[in-house]
Amino acid sequence: MLPMLALLLVFQLAGEALCHALALPVPGPVVGMVALLLVLIARGLWVGTDAAVPAELERVTSALLGHLSLLFVPAGVGVTTHLALLASEAVPIAVALVGSTLAAIAVAGVLMVRLERRP
Amino acid sequence: MMNDLSDIWVYLARDPLFGLTLTVLAYLAANAVYRRLGMHPLANPVLWAVVMLGLVLAVTGIPYDRYFEGAQFIHVLLGPATVALAVPLYRALGMLRRGWRGVAVALPASVAVASLGAIGLGVAFGAGETTVASLAPKAVTTPIAMGISERIGGLPSLTAVLVILTGILGAVLGPPVLSALGVRDPRARGVALGAAAHGIGTARAFNESPEAGAAASLAMGLAGVLTAAFLPLVW
Repeated sequence: MLPMLALLLVFQLAGEALCHALALPVPGPVVGMVALLLVLIARGLWVGTDAAVPAELERVTSALLGHLSLLFVPAGVGVTTHLALLASEAVPIAVALVGSTLAAIAVAGVLMVRLERRP
Repeated sequence: MMNDLSDIWVYLARDPLFGLTLTVLAYLAANAVYRRLGMHPLANPVLWAVVMLGLVLAVTGIPYDRYFEGAQFIHVLLGPATVALAVPLYRALGMLRRGWRGVAVALPASVAVASLGAIGLGVAFGAGETTVASLAPKAVTTPIAMGISERIGGLPSLTAVLVILTGILGAVLGPPVLSALGVRDPRARGVALGAAAHGIGTARAFNESPEAGAAASLAMGLAGVLTAAFLPLVW
């Protein structure tokens, strides 16, 4: 359990370090995630896709991701410190959320159907 | 007696353990209700846990900073959890073996429309720069969106809430919109829901069919990576 948690932390730290060193504007943990994904792909080519993810890593990730939602709560509560901003800009926020979300869903759905029409 | 109780209260409210315990309890309660209601998107446990905790802080007068002294022990796990997303994304990659052409076009298009659309509409309707930066990454999964928001000058906590609202909107309104447009293929519906409405849309796609759910998982992961690479560049 612990070695695989350490592995995740090492990838995160490496991601943060890489972003800092190369002045990448990308969040460090996302770089760590892509790095781990590349390692898994390489391992999959070597040992086969089914065995690519070590059982221990599988256990740690499902424990962490099983209650992923809980991890957003502390930051989410921070929104209570921005209630005035939220109230004064409620209209642009609502329009932007609804408009861009529906447009993105429509665009992706229609393009998928057009491009993946099965022969 | 009354004095003793308020003494204990003052002591507890100052202890970091208070924020930590309260967070776990609020989430467990919200999650129990969510399951009881058949995981309806409107019963989203993060949203209602945040509402409950916000009310507790407002009523007790505990400042957010003091609450966070305890809650940060949960918050720090977001980093390793983001890295851990590589595992489900790796499993979802298998879907590409049944065709990748559609995904290769539809996914970047969805990412561009979601983020540039949010920026454009936000600016057009008079949102300030901080709000627009917090809105821009709202289509992708919360840990990635918060990271992007921080990088481009938004408020990560505002982004966290906007991401959840986006997921709820997409999960509730997405399926009828797709049906109205004649999009019936499960892969197409899954990609659309996962790319625009992250985990909440993906959960909705899994309700439709396992194939839609697998497509949504892949779209959610790739949209997160694409947005993280694309948004800071155009910002």
